[in-house]
Amino acid sequence: MTLHLTNARLIDPEAGSDTLGSLTVEGGVIQSMDGDAPDGATIVDCGGMCLAPGIVDIGVKIGEPGERHKESFRSAGLAAAAGGVTTMVVRPDTTPAIDTPETLEFVTRRAAEARVRIHHMAALTKGRAGHEMTEIGFLLDAGAVAFTDVFNVTNDTKALSRALVYARSLGALVIGHPQEPGLSAGAAATSGKFASLRGLPGVSAMAERIGLDRDLGLVEMTGARYHADQITTARSLPALERAKNNGLDVTAGVSIHHLTLNEIDVGDYRTFFKFTPPLRSEDDRLALVQAVADGLIDIIGSFHTPADEESKRLPFEEAASGAVGLETMLPAAMRLYHAGQIDLPGLFRALSLNPAKRLGLPQGRLSAGAPADLVLFDPDAPFLLDRSQLHSKSKNTPFDGCRMEGKVLATYVAGVQVFQG
Amino acid sequence: MTFRARHLLGIEHLSPQEIVTVLDLADRYVDLNRRTVKQSDVLSGLTQINMFFENSTRTQASFELAGKRLGADVMNMSVASSSVKKGETLIDTAMTLNAMHPDLLVVRHGASGAVNLLASKVNCAVLNAGDGRHEHPTQALLDALTIRRAKGRIQRLTIAICGDIAHSRVARSNLILLGKMENRLRLIAPPTLMPSGVEDFGCELFDDMRKGLEGADVVMMLRLQKERMDGGFIPSEREYYHRFGLDAEKLSYAKPDAIVMHPGPMNRGVEIDGELADDINRSVIQEQVEMGVAVRMACMDLLARNLRAERGRAAVGLMA
Repeated sequence: MTLHLTNARLIDPEAGSDTLGSLTVEGGVIQSMDGDAPDGATIVDCGGMCLAPGIVDIGVKIGEPGERHKESFRSAGLAAAAGGVTTMVVRPDTTPAIDTPETLEFVTRRAAEARVRIHHMAALTKGRAGHEMTEIGFLLDAGAVAFTDVFNVTNDTKALSRALVYARSLGALVIGHPQEPGLSAGAAATSGKFASLRGLPGVSAMAERIGLDRDLGLVEMTGARYHADQITTARSLPALERAKNNGLDVTAGVSIHHLTLNEIDVGDYRTFFKFTPPLRSEDDRLALVQAVADGLIDIIGSFHTPADEESKRLPFEEAASGAVGLETMLPAAMRLYHAGQIDLPGLFRALSLNPAKRLGLPQGRLSAGAPADLVLFDPDAPFLLDRSQLHSKSKNTPFDGCRMEGKVLATYVAGVQVFQG
Repeated sequence: MTFRARHLLGIEHLSPQEIVTVLDLADRYVDLNRRTVKQSDVLSGLTQINMFFENSTRTQASFELAGKRLGADVMNMSVASSSVKKGETLIDTAMTLNAMHPDLLVVRHGASGAVNLLASKVNCAVLNAGDGRHEHPTQALLDALTIRRAKGRIQRLTIAICGDIAHSRVARSNLILLGKMENRLRLIAPPTLMPSGVEDFGCELFDDMRKGLEGADVVMMLRLQKERMDGGFIPSEREYYHRFGLDAEKLSYAKPDAIVMHPGPMNRGVEIDGELADDINRSVIQEQVEMGVAVRMACMDLLARNLRAERGRAAVGLMA
């Protein structure tokens, strides 16, 4: 089947361009840009709306195995399609953890239920406990695209250095969570005036810098390929910049929530605003937005973390961390566009192109030969977010009741439409 | 008279006028409490439940007495040792109690914000009797009443708060209240017991107690929890007493008529010299306990008035 999308505002993150044009899809890949409609092609008039490469979201949590009542591959796939996410790169922090080829094969089989592409990450250490490395080679053969213990940070620096050097020998990407675990133990907020007023145990922003410094030191020592999952404070940025300038194979991500919310949003102990790491100051947020615009931070992710009502309806310190984000990432990112802080090609560089590049995937591009994973959206359409309308099984979004702009009109995976807005 | 609050969750939500309203009414209850016959009927017919998730003798007794003197039916639930241990959530406990139609719910909980969460799920008036490190509003109000009666005013005083400020809900509520009433505040603590970001609260910070006490009208001491004395936050009990324990010598740096306060229970010889604590010319610690009952009576009286008015409006709405 041939598809010809015409009259579209093409957002090309590779070229950094935002121009009106058309695009032809055949056999699941982009055949040509700005060509004529081939005979017999289905013609879609995009009405001047934005057409961008689908989002590649690194760090999605799915409740399989162990917590399927919170999210299944099927429900997450629906949410992803509705949010313009065409590739989910899912986390191994399940119960049990994805730390053997057998568990990886199980989730790979289950993932067939989703309508978008799925890649799996595997644990770096057994049980994500930080002591013994997993079978990185077998897991790579079974399809793991990266290795991470997610939010577990090990104190066992020796074990981490061995895992890094072993991973390097296989060319595997290791994703770290930069945090000094001793300093951040028990923290529910960023230390400062707000945490003190609310009486919440705080963690200094410095804990992230110290964690990042350690990881970067190990990367320099081992030559590993390393990605910092979330950089959330301004204090970490100089260290990151230095590492990149020194030629280390290092990239960094940030969550959409840390780019669009700050610690004050917690207000009267609203647990939907509890994150790991906790929300930061407004100064930090602005520095992160600038770092994404400058390309210092490479990747924006949703860090989609479904949590049921019971685990959120608790006193703030005891409540679960994290929020669902697959469906809200694009409209939330539009806040940065409408504020004039990052243009659309810049946003999709961080949402689609860079994450695909980092994982060695062909997605994230709007050029001939690239997979036809596309999102068509209206960047200006206003709406009021109602969490009960989300496709996720869990409804823990911090944007409930918020005025948002940016609606997904259609999502295509390999040229097949998987969502109609 | 101004008092619009539905719950008393913290000082943060009270206006200076509302604070004055509470203190004025509490003054009248002090007089009532000093009579031989102490009964009033302003809460008669209402049910008050004291729900203490953390053990407390003094605060619970004070709330119980306050309710009984105003004629409420008072029930104590010692939740610290009941179904919560069996895995029931805070919300479930609250919903269960709510089904029994209490009118006033007095809650203490170990987690900051737990009382706010609970208040959002019940349809009675909730009084915060201390939540984690967040707030302890009736303590701040009783401290304010004690100061006003001793100093004749609650504005433009120099007040030093000394001790474990980081872990103290009493300090937070007092900081907010005394700041709202436009006093000059000083915080004295070793840096390990000073909360972060506190310099933005508009107070002066000291780690030298003598400098901090200079010219103070009021000296508020805080309790140092036993579990913090083990070397994690301070090197030892004796070094703490040497540097931050209040004795006559250190107090001599404050104004000659400065009063000494402590929310209790005291660790004599850790944060305060025993003899000084008993000095009736300087210490108002016993008055604080007395004011506590009166302030709690005033708070419950005011909340009950708002509750009755609200239910009255709802009833009128139903008939219309």
